[in-house]
Amino acid sequence: MARELLKGNEAIAEAAIRAGLQAYFGYPITPQTELLEWMSKRMPELGRAFVQAESELAAINMVYGAACTGARVMTSSSSPGISLMMEGISYIIGTEVPAVLVDVMRGGPGLGNIAPAQSDYNQIVHGGGHGDYHLIVLAPASVQEAVDLTVLAFDLAEKYRTVAVVLLDGSLGQMMEPAELPPMRPVKTTFPEWAATGMMGKREKRNILTSIYLNPPDEEQTNLRLLRRWQEVEASEIRFKEYFMDDARYVVVGFGSAGRVALSAVRAARAEGIPVGLLRPVTLSPFPYEHIRKLAQRVEGFLVVEMNAGQMLEDVRLAVAGQKPVEFYGRLGGVMPFPDEILSEIQRIASGGLTLEGHPRERWLQRMNGKN
Amino acid sequence: MVMEQILPEEIVYQRPESLVEVSTHYCPGCTHGVAHRLIAEVIDEMGIRDRMIGVASVGCSVFAYNYFDFDWVQAPHGRAPAMATGIKRVLPDRFVVTYQGDGDMASIGMAEVVHAAARGENITVFFINNANYGMTGGQMAPTTLPGQRTTSSPGGRDVETAGYPIRAAELLATLEGASYVVRRSLHDPKNIRLAKKAIRTALEVQAQGMGFSMVELLSICPTNWGMTPVDSLHWLEEHMVPYYPLGDYKVAPMVAQIRI
Repeated sequence: MARELLKGNEAIAEAAIRAGLQAYFGYPITPQTELLEWMSKRMPELGRAFVQAESELAAINMVYGAACTGARVMTSSSSPGISLMMEGISYIIGTEVPAVLVDVMRGGPGLGNIAPAQSDYNQIVHGGGHGDYHLIVLAPASVQEAVDLTVLAFDLAEKYRTVAVVLLDGSLGQMMEPAELPPMRPVKTTFPEWAATGMMGKREKRNILTSIYLNPPDEEQTNLRLLRRWQEVEASEIRFKEYFMDDARYVVVGFGSAGRVALSAVRAARAEGIPVGLLRPVTLSPFPYEHIRKLAQRVEGFLVVEMNAGQMLEDVRLAVAGQKPVEFYGRLGGVMPFPDEILSEIQRIASGGLTLEGHPRERWLQRMNGKN
Repeated sequence: MVMEQILPEEIVYQRPESLVEVSTHYCPGCTHGVAHRLIAEVIDEMGIRDRMIGVASVGCSVFAYNYFDFDWVQAPHGRAPAMATGIKRVLPDRFVVTYQGDGDMASIGMAEVVHAAARGENITVFFINNANYGMTGGQMAPTTLPGQRTTSSPGGRDVETAGYPIRAAELLATLEGASYVVRRSLHDPKNIRLAKKAIRTALEVQAQGMGFSMVELLSICPTNWGMTPVDSLHWLEEHMVPYYPLGDYKVAPMVAQIRI
């Protein structure tokens, strides 16, 4: 396969199709609509299911139904639409069926705007739906990585019978860059044993897929089963990328587009001789807590950069656990940081702007107040 | 064993194969049992149990899957037609049915059922209308009659503040994608027979790929209505049938050709 110039949303759609997607259900919302549009043309062309649902509520429940047959199935949306899908996500997790969700984040809260943001981190990584559960969350920083992680999302969702999310911001969804698509995988022709497919003369016993366990000890067992499966995910599926880390004394931590912009800043800082590296978590959930904990033993401090008010920041602080200072720099509401903004934060830290006192968000807000 | 002495030709009544041999959690006198039995009899008669996938809803029928002997999934409140859509689109040769109450379908799930019907989704909805929320203890439903007392309309439903009951069959019948939309009642043997025939027709509609079908079944809720089962049946006939007239609200021309 050759590299082609591809738009993020369309590349994700085609990657999902090539990963053997059998059914897509979605609802238009900027900045992910091209994904739905691509599916509306390609899926019927290939004889696969496509429905434009009446709402995100309906879309996620169509996904839920199709997932109960064991088919490869997905939906996509953007922040306000994802809020509506939280009900269905909780049910899908509670029923232990696999599905893939793509969230192309935009500014919020409320209707917000259609500019790129990372403020769904908390609702995706730390829940949003009811009950105790974890999603597998994959955060690409380029169109190529979005393609690769979309394919991976299906495999992980099926392996662990859970929901895997590809979490990106609107700029990646809208951006065009060269990427290579995977080869077309054949669509599955068999269905898993647990699926609700009709008994079809193959089973004596009916399959019931439900998320209700009225007897509390049964529900507790279900929760424990989910938790043990999550421990397996934590043990095997943590992924991250590191840049200039070998001799780094300072570490910038950022995911997705913020991580990508931070890399430009880190390169510029290196050119100035500042010993700084970049850690870009690829799996936001499971999060590389242990890796960051160990890093904290050998570096002097961290700078977390996000397009939100410091949501992943709390996970980094949890991992660092007060061993070393953590600073924060964020842009909000659909504003993206420029590399030189991050570079000046790196310069400030390298010239002694580190402290273990107080909360990094407070200090960042004070610096923001000075600017605006 | 007494059972062994009954010859097959003497059996006049037995549990349908599509029903599991367990006691249900439904209250004494509740017509869910009648509705379950009718659906199970039709599935047996059509020989489609092996190809059935049911979608249970939220409400008293949340555990319908415990009583029907075929594959089931259990939907969030009101979302059964959306789940059924997902299943049917992946497995178009299976029979996909939802079993929903009035709170589930005509209140929280109104968008899902309307759009499934509008799309002509080839699924069948069984809609149990007993004029209240049964599972949560008898609150006002979208189908509660004007003046009817419930635990959340203790003075009787006041249409000035709570509006009017929704006639779901009439509403869905306006949609081009709906092929078969009827209302039946379960209050006496004659109507029960008619209900069974409608259930059969609805599943034939699905078998022949003719699109969306919905059978509304007027039902009783003696526990929450605070009446005996017999009084409840009379109340249904005297109060519900006049507001919810029985009949065929949509029979597409091709459906009219079906002979049972």
